[in-house]
Amino acid sequence: MAAIASDHGHGHGHDEALHHQFEDMEQQNDSYIVGMWTFLVTEVMFFGALFLIYTLYRSMYQLDFYLAHKVLDTRMGMINTFVLLFSSFTVAMSVRFAQLQNRMGVLAMLGITQICAGTFMVIKYFEYQEKFGHHLYPGPGFGSSPSYLNGASPNFAQLYFGLYFGMTGLHGLHVLIGMIVIGYLMAKWWRNSPMVTKDYIPTELVGLYWHFVDLVWIFLFPLMYLMPKP
Amino acid sequence: MSAIPADPNVTAVSATPRTETNYLNADWSIKSWLLTGDHKRIGILYLVTVSFFFFLGSIAAGLIRYELTAPAGFILESETYNKVFSAHGIIMVFLFLIVAIPAILGNFLLPLMIGARDMAFPRLNLLSWYLFMIGGACIMGGMINGGVDSGWTFYVPYSSMYANSNVTMVLTGIFIAGFSSITTGINFIVTTHKMRAPGMTWFRLPLMVWALYATGVVIILGTPVVAVTLLCIIFERVFHLPIFSAELGGDPVLFQHLFWFYSHPAVYIMILPAFGVQSELIANFARKRVFGYHLIAFSSLAIAGLGFLVWGHHMFISSESMYQGVVFSLISFLVAIPSAIKVFNWTATLYKGNIRLQTPMIYALGFIGLFTIGGLTGLFLGCLGTDVHLTNTYFIVAHFHYVMVGGAVTAFLGGLHYWWPKMTGRLYPESIAKWNAVLVFIGFNLTFFPQFIVGFMGMPRRYHYYYFAPEFQPYHIMSTLGSTVLALSFIIPGLYLTRSLTKGAKASANPWGAHGLEWETSSPPPTSNFLQIPVVLDEVYDFDPVTEHEQDKAAQALEVPSYLSNEAKSIESEKEKR
Amino acid sequence: MFSNFPATPPQASSFSREHDLIFYALLALTIIFTVMVGIGVIYFVIKYKRGSDADRSRPIYEDARLETAWSVIPLILALIMFYFGTKLFITMRVPPADAQEIFVIGKQWMWHVQHSNGVRENNTLHVPAGKPFKLTMISQDVIHAFYIPAFRAQMHVVPGRYTTMWFTPTQPGKYHLFCSMYCGTQHSEMGGTVVVMEPREWANWIENGGQSQATLTLEQSGERLYKQLACNNCHGAEDNMRAPSLYGIWGKKRTLTGGRSVIADQSYLRESILRPHNKITNGYSNTMPVYDGQINEEDVLKLMAYIKVIGSSVGGPSSSGTDTAAAVLNGTKGTMSPFAANAIQYQNSSMRRVDSTPTTRSGELAVNAIAAQQEAKGN
Repeated sequence: MAAIASDHGHGHGHDEALHHQFEDMEQQNDSYIVGMWTFLVTEVMFFGALFLIYTLYRSMYQLDFYLAHKVLDTRMGMINTFVLLFSSFTVAMSVRFAQLQNRMGVLAMLGITQICAGTFMVIKYFEYQEKFGHHLYPGPGFGSSPSYLNGASPNFAQLYFGLYFGMTGLHGLHVLIGMIVIGYLMAKWWRNSPMVTKDYIPTELVGLYWHFVDLVWIFLFPLMYLMPKP
Repeated sequence: MSAIPADPNVTAVSATPRTETNYLNADWSIKSWLLTGDHKRIGILYLVTVSFFFFLGSIAAGLIRYELTAPAGFILESETYNKVFSAHGIIMVFLFLIVAIPAILGNFLLPLMIGARDMAFPRLNLLSWYLFMIGGACIMGGMINGGVDSGWTFYVPYSSMYANSNVTMVLTGIFIAGFSSITTGINFIVTTHKMRAPGMTWFRLPLMVWALYATGVVIILGTPVVAVTLLCIIFERVFHLPIFSAELGGDPVLFQHLFWFYSHPAVYIMILPAFGVQSELIANFARKRVFGYHLIAFSSLAIAGLGFLVWGHHMFISSESMYQGVVFSLISFLVAIPSAIKVFNWTATLYKGNIRLQTPMIYALGFIGLFTIGGLTGLFLGCLGTDVHLTNTYFIVAHFHYVMVGGAVTAFLGGLHYWWPKMTGRLYPESIAKWNAVLVFIGFNLTFFPQFIVGFMGMPRRYHYYYFAPEFQPYHIMSTLGSTVLALSFIIPGLYLTRSLTKGAKASANPWGAHGLEWETSSPPPTSNFLQIPVVLDEVYDFDPVTEHEQDKAAQALEVPSYLSNEAKSIESEKEKR
Repeated sequence: MFSNFPATPPQASSFSREHDLIFYALLALTIIFTVMVGIGVIYFVIKYKRGSDADRSRPIYEDARLETAWSVIPLILALIMFYFGTKLFITMRVPPADAQEIFVIGKQWMWHVQHSNGVRENNTLHVPAGKPFKLTMISQDVIHAFYIPAFRAQMHVVPGRYTTMWFTPTQPGKYHLFCSMYCGTQHSEMGGTVVVMEPREWANWIENGGQSQATLTLEQSGERLYKQLACNNCHGAEDNMRAPSLYGIWGKKRTLTGGRSVIADQSYLRESILRPHNKITNGYSNTMPVYDGQINEEDVLKLMAYIKVIGSSVGGPSSSGTDTAAAVLNGTKGTMSPFAANAIQYQNSSMRRVDSTPTTRSGELAVNAIAAQQEAKGN
């Protein structure tokens, strides 16, 4: 295969934000974007399997799931939904400020996002605490306060709460990871690191991830909290 | 074929560095290996660890085979036997087959083949090796600390509620190793999309790259699902989360759906890269462009896509509905067609070639035969009526060993020999390797062909004893004899390849006279692969068997020894220059 | 032909022949394609080996017609095989209306079979040739698979749901029964024998509660033996010349030759059967043959049991577990499925036999017991 050396070889004066395996910033940014979307595909499949399991059991045990879900506090879930939706807006704004190279704007918006994420976790903590107090976590002691089951069969209610804790727990884990990543990004912006200030792409990647986390919640909330009477 | 007439003399003009510095000797410190971002070094790290796991898995296989020569066993207790076959399955599937070709050859070759300096995400690549090692350590830890006896399929409720063995730890290991697989898949996809050298269009990609890309797609779509599924079993065991437990309202068959949604495509994670290797070997040793390049490339994608729609054929008799069975069977028959196309195309490639029967080619020809049998016996199992009788028997064991060992392992060995000079800069001893390739073929058939017969007779798989059915014994004895030959034929390459690292002759940049960007840099390549990023101007597999044949004749007339084609070629070119 | 070295499973059900036809058709296709590819590879390798003088000019790299041909022809063949395979599968999955039902429970590591008249057997299945049977199966613990290779019939046995399979046995004989889905330590030993009987033989078998002959009580066996050994020739209803009557002898005082007296208890009766000369009843001579070494201890027990009741009216066979099962079945017919009835019967611990299937695990009811309770509640 005939190969001719291309005109720009390796090792000439790149900026420090460019990794050695890439030829230019465009290639690097494109790769990051494709990589992030590919990663999000794996995340969709990951949560997709859980949603499938949930859908199946909910359709099998409609009444029990409905009765069990009444324990959940819809108001708290609603507040959390708006908190996350608002954080999606602030993340989108931070990407905009990154495009405009407005460092303080980015930091402010990411800061608000962090506060929203924290609020979400705190509300979630109180929700969990209540369920734990009512012995609604799966295991041998499940349903030892039967009044909180609202008449649902203990086995199927346990299935419901198992899925509830499993799915919201994994989502919560994603929120925590998101908070760490956003914190890292903020530190980089704070120190004016060229890794993030040079281009808005790193900020956008974090934004993409955060939107995905929000989106999962947008599905979780109606599926878990807002059930019609069967 | 080519935009620029293919001139063999130009081949030598490449970015070959003059210095002896390469990725292997650039830095000898252990730290430089353990913290490397270099895809070639990560490939070597995988090679060492995966070979180790293959060794362990083979020992388990040997134990199984020797135990089965007697109808009532003579070495192991039933419980131990179950742990041994589970260990064999788990190690071979999760720690060898899924990683072998993609993570060793794929990691090493993908950037070289498309003319990139590295994978798109080198640190992610290193992370994937560490995840693999942590996962492997968990799996080995679980097996040493009590073992696991649920088989590699982990069917509930046995694995979730009844197995007393160390299932949780092993599942955690597989879960972690799954993320190693996912990161590799992401790297393959992004690298293929974004890192191709100028001029390297999609239809100039070697078929190995197409295969690795399709593999990446399967990995990222399938692996997360099995990760969640295994996580559910872990939760069920540890927190009593009643997801698959029938007694508490769960559905054990749902597990099988989720498991096979990954584990059937996982078969393609194992065999698609083998198809890629096979295409490279056939093209190079027939000295000819692969017949039907486009169709082979698309059939890889077709297999990756259709492969996600056939998982139900593992469950024809597992209480799924009759109509489900009919649909899954139909799609299973359809997915056989792209594989058949590949086999015919490889065979047709040989037509009017200039065939060299060197070691990798012998593996490649063996692959055609074994994969044909493996693929066609798959039809017996995709066919509803016959599956009812044959599933869960040794027929299925023989079938998937023909595909996995006869296909994937044969291709892996062929590919390892083919790229060995590139990876290590050394040549392996050709004659012993050639005879060993024949030995693999013989040993393999002797091991697994009798299992088709004993399976048709009705011997269920995973049976420790069969004293109640002594008519099975002759076939088990044959199979064990064959496995001895097969084991020998796996040990021999281990010895001569290791020896060649120090004693082997130094390899030139392109010892096979092959086409492809990986052969245009030195052997072994420098850390940054190419001194300058190549620009691709000609077509893929731009061999010219006619001219080569004439050159051979000319060289013969001059009585110049022409064992390696590029030596002959360089002499030719020098003559012409004069 | 290869009776000592078989390579095929016996054909013993109505599916076997059709299954094997499809199997051999697929085998023929496999051989044809493998040989075709193999010959192609070998021919090309020899002809175009490096240095051979074959014509290599004008090579082809793509050919739409060729590609279409070898895509479409295998596709058509595949669809033909799909058709026949699916046809057989549908036959296998839809039991005929007149199929007799048998219930199967799988548990680690045994098969428990219940015939519809209540006859139960473990690890064996007795069926007659020529009659369709439908098996309704459920597992008590993990997933098993009920597999009879000679019938070409296999189906998973799943906890929490019923699965069914059916077959018509054709050839009398004994065939393997396997559990083919890995189920734990003794997986390979979870199996047994399927016995296909002649229809009349089977009718007898099922009539006699799973025995080739009717079950006899100890007393009945004793009576039979008493006649067989011709004891009644001498020991009749009343004392006679040759021998005293044994009617009502049990527990009575006997006066022996020489004036000693003895109570007719077990040891006396045993001694008098085996070595009658030791203690001869007053007024009789030593004419009875010695049975020591002629009959075994079991026979002695049978005779003794008969002698205990001799003279009183001996009834039919005393009620056994089988009859009770049948009674439960009959008593609840119409209101409850036999399956549930059996489960209830198990629940009744006084009736639980050593080999009966436990219905609880870690203190909780197993699925069939739950089903039974729910049905009972529903009624």
